[in-house]
Amino acid sequence: MRDLSAVRQGPYIAASPLVRPLPPATRLLLRGNSEVMASALGALGLEFVETACRAASASGRSALWLGPDERLLLAPQGQYSEVFELLCAALAGRAHSLVDVSHRQCALEVSGPQAGPLLNCGCPLDLDPAAFPVGMCTRTVLAKAEIVLWRTAERSFHLEVWRSFAPYVSKVLALAARELTP
Amino acid sequence: MLLINCPYCGERPELEFVHGGQAHIARPGDPAECSDQQWAEYLYRRDNIKGLHGERWRHTHGCGRFFNALRDTTSDVFLATYKVGEQPPTQAQLKGVKA
Repeated sequence: MRDLSAVRQGPYIAASPLVRPLPPATRLLLRGNSEVMASALGALGLEFVETACRAASASGRSALWLGPDERLLLAPQGQYSEVFELLCAALAGRAHSLVDVSHRQCALEVSGPQAGPLLNCGCPLDLDPAAFPVGMCTRTVLAKAEIVLWRTAERSFHLEVWRSFAPYVSKVLALAARELTP
Repeated sequence: MLLINCPYCGERPELEFVHGGQAHIARPGDPAECSDQQWAEYLYRRDNIKGLHGERWRHTHGCGRFFNALRDTTSDVFLATYKVGEQPPTQAQLKGVKA
C-alpha cells in the first residue's frame, strides 16, 4: 500500500494548555469473534481481555475494546508493515475484518489535574477514577463529535478523534480550558 | 440526563443511544406466501402502546450493538434491557422494578 504519511499534513489543533496532539500512529480496526481477537492480540504480544471497555497495552502497542467483536489496535507509526504482517499471519483462514484507519483519525492527549473536569465540559460520562479507572476505554461523545476516550493514567486521557473533527474538538477543549484555568 | 443500561457497557447517558423501533417483530418465513395485507402488516404496522413497550435500541456512540429494552412509554423508565436473542423478562422478574 502506498504510504501517504509523508505527504499528509496533520489537522489544525487549537492550542490549549491541557491538550497536546500526539504523533501519527498505526491504527487498525479489527472485527471478529473471540478466537480471532485472542490470536490477533497474542500475535501482537498483548493480553486478551474480554472485559468490556478495557484496553490492553504493552511495549507501545495497544488494543482498545470498542465492542464485543471490535478492537482498535494502536502501534507506533513505523511498525505498520510489521504489525500488518503479524496479523495477516495470525488470522489467515479465519473470518475477520481488518481495516487500516491510520489516517482516518488523529490522537490528542488531555492531561493535568483538570483533565477530567475539562473533558466533562463536553462529555457526559462519569470520569471519577472509581467509575472510569485507568485502562478503561470507550467510544463516546464530546460536545457534538464522536471520540474514543481512553484513560492512560489517573490524570491523563488519550483521545482518538476523526481528523475532520479534530479542529472542532480541540477548539471546544481550548474554550473549556479557559473556564478552568484562570 | 436519562441513563440507559447497555447490556454490554453498563449505564450510559441517553445521548449515546438511538431508538430502533419496536422489538420482537419476526420476519415472515416465506415472504412469497404472504398476502399483500400480511406483508404490509409486517412492514408498516406497529403498536402504539401506552405503558410497557418492547423496543430496539442501539448504542451508536459506544459499542455499536443493538439490544432490546422494556420501556414504560408514560414515565420513560427503562424497566429492563437485554441482548438480542434473549427473551424479555417476565412480569414476575420485573416485580419490584419501579416504573
